[in-house]
Amino acid sequence: MSNIVTAAGHNTHKIKIQISASDKTINVITYVIFTLFAIICVYPFYYVIINTLSANDISAKGEVIFYPIGMHLQNYKDVFKIPGLWNATLISVGRTVIGTLLTVVSSALLGFMFTQQDMWGRKFWYRFTIITMYFNAGIIPWYLTMNNLHLTNNFLAYVLPTIVSPFFIILVKTFVESTPKELQQAAEIDGAGVMTFFWSIMLPIIQPILATVAIFAAVGQWNSFQDTLILVTDSKLYSLQFILYQYINQASSLASMMNLQNTGSMAMQSLAKQQTTTSVRMTVTVIVVAPILLIYPIFQRFFVKGIMIGAVKG
Amino acid sequence: MQTVRNSSKKGAGIKKFLYISPFMVLLAIFAYYPLYGWVYAFFDYMPPIPLSKSPFVGLMWFRSLVENQVKIDQILQVLKNTFGISGIAIAFSWLPMIFAIFLNEMRSVRYRKLIQTVTTLPNFISWVLTYSLAFSMFSSEGMLNSLLKILGYTGQPVLFLQSSSHVWIVMWAWMTWKALGWSAIMYIAAMSGIDESLYEAARVDGATRMQVIRHITIPSLLPTYFVLLMLQIASFLNNGMEQYYVFQNAFNKDTIQVLDLYVFNLATLGGSYSLSVAISMLKSIVSVALLFIVNGMSKLFRGESIV
Repeated sequence: MSNIVTAAGHNTHKIKIQISASDKTINVITYVIFTLFAIICVYPFYYVIINTLSANDISAKGEVIFYPIGMHLQNYKDVFKIPGLWNATLISVGRTVIGTLLTVVSSALLGFMFTQQDMWGRKFWYRFTIITMYFNAGIIPWYLTMNNLHLTNNFLAYVLPTIVSPFFIILVKTFVESTPKELQQAAEIDGAGVMTFFWSIMLPIIQPILATVAIFAAVGQWNSFQDTLILVTDSKLYSLQFILYQYINQASSLASMMNLQNTGSMAMQSLAKQQTTTSVRMTVTVIVVAPILLIYPIFQRFFVKGIMIGAVKG
Repeated sequence: MQTVRNSSKKGAGIKKFLYISPFMVLLAIFAYYPLYGWVYAFFDYMPPIPLSKSPFVGLMWFRSLVENQVKIDQILQVLKNTFGISGIAIAFSWLPMIFAIFLNEMRSVRYRKLIQTVTTLPNFISWVLTYSLAFSMFSSEGMLNSLLKILGYTGQPVLFLQSSSHVWIVMWAWMTWKALGWSAIMYIAAMSGIDESLYEAARVDGATRMQVIRHITIPSLLPTYFVLLMLQIASFLNNGMEQYYVFQNAFNKDTIQVLDLYVFNLATLGGSYSLSVAISMLKSIVSVALLFIVNGMSKLFRGESIV
């Protein structure tokens, strides 16, 4: 069956062109399966987006499946009338920005310092850090001890625990180790202290890996849901993820409330623009997923590099 | 002279430690101090009464796990769910490897990149968002039910999310939807490290593509697969709770409660903090033991540790 021809002398490019019939079948199956899976991966996002843009009465009946029908943007104008949504956005953005900044600074400094052979207790502290990847006390002991520290219903509980992250430290450390050692020796001969060297020479060099760390940290902060669930009961501290979870369960009452507000402030909305359970839930979903979708094409090229470095054991 | 240099060197070493010391304090607070929470397992803690005023009960909670028949049945069901879901995941742990291999077989580089980009996306959204998408697709008014209606189905809407059957498989499917493309990246990275001359030699010998995959690509990827499999086995009990928390409802509760979700529900819904801590504690200890066993096995068979 296989008819791969060994090329005769000058005709070398022919070798790889010969494809057996079974190879062709495999090719077709591969393309079909991958295409199907890719569609399964993106379609839910597409479905939700076209529904938020469609006439709400049609969308609520589930008739918007392939393309938007009766396009309008009223949903996005109305969505921020939901009480607490602005506040939750602020909390989510705040924790993402502050948390990411602190995590990047700590990962850079620790990753660098752990390469310093003369640091006091280097081996011990490195193990002390890395070992935390492999155990945790459990959710409830975590809650009870955080409660002891007054970190429940406290914004600090969002950012402090993630500052020191062993995985990111390994990424940075591996990267620093790949830079020439002579740099630091030369800087020291010129009289630069370790911090001067770190800030003015090492930081610019390790920027690519810090970008990777920043992206992972930011996505982690933005997506975080469990800490709100466990540690927060104060609705002023709810994050977007948490609020979305609540909305999925109570979107109907919100929709009627928003419609009431609308009739109060302006002329009766047409049915197409009136809020429904579906429109509220989906619009909030798009708001929460939008930042990820927007930065994904940019950061997509970073993480392959990141995970390849991470694959090298720290 | 020598001593001066030595002491200044030691001073520099201590100075370097001082720079990282605040972070070590943070680590002690947020990674080590929660272990102190385990003491609650030995008291009858009922909030809001503080621990200091709670009666010490010794191993009562641990004993209750094996003495009370209702509790035993409950925990057996939870363990069954945990083992079932983790077991299915381990049984299909080769999927990312096969995904990567066949992705690499695609001729068109552009299309391959596109597929890779698209299939990695779900990894970056939270479980809440995943649930929201799932709700949009599979609820009674969701996309699938309206598609069924369009296709002429006239019965009651199918309640995919409220179904209590096949919960383990469905949870595995969502996990796979989210993580398959991402997990494949590790293998794609490993594949780029395979010696090109092996492939050339095979082609000269007239090997078909499937033969090349079977005799060169797969054996080259097996070490990576082995390490990842070992880590997966080590975290057998750690399903996490987020996914199961968002997907749980009154109908699937019995078959979706994995250990992590069970201890959470026990404390937050039932108020049994101490019992919940006792179970968490056992779980953590078993997990660390598993990691040591798996690591020891890896050392024995491969002469290399994985952690």
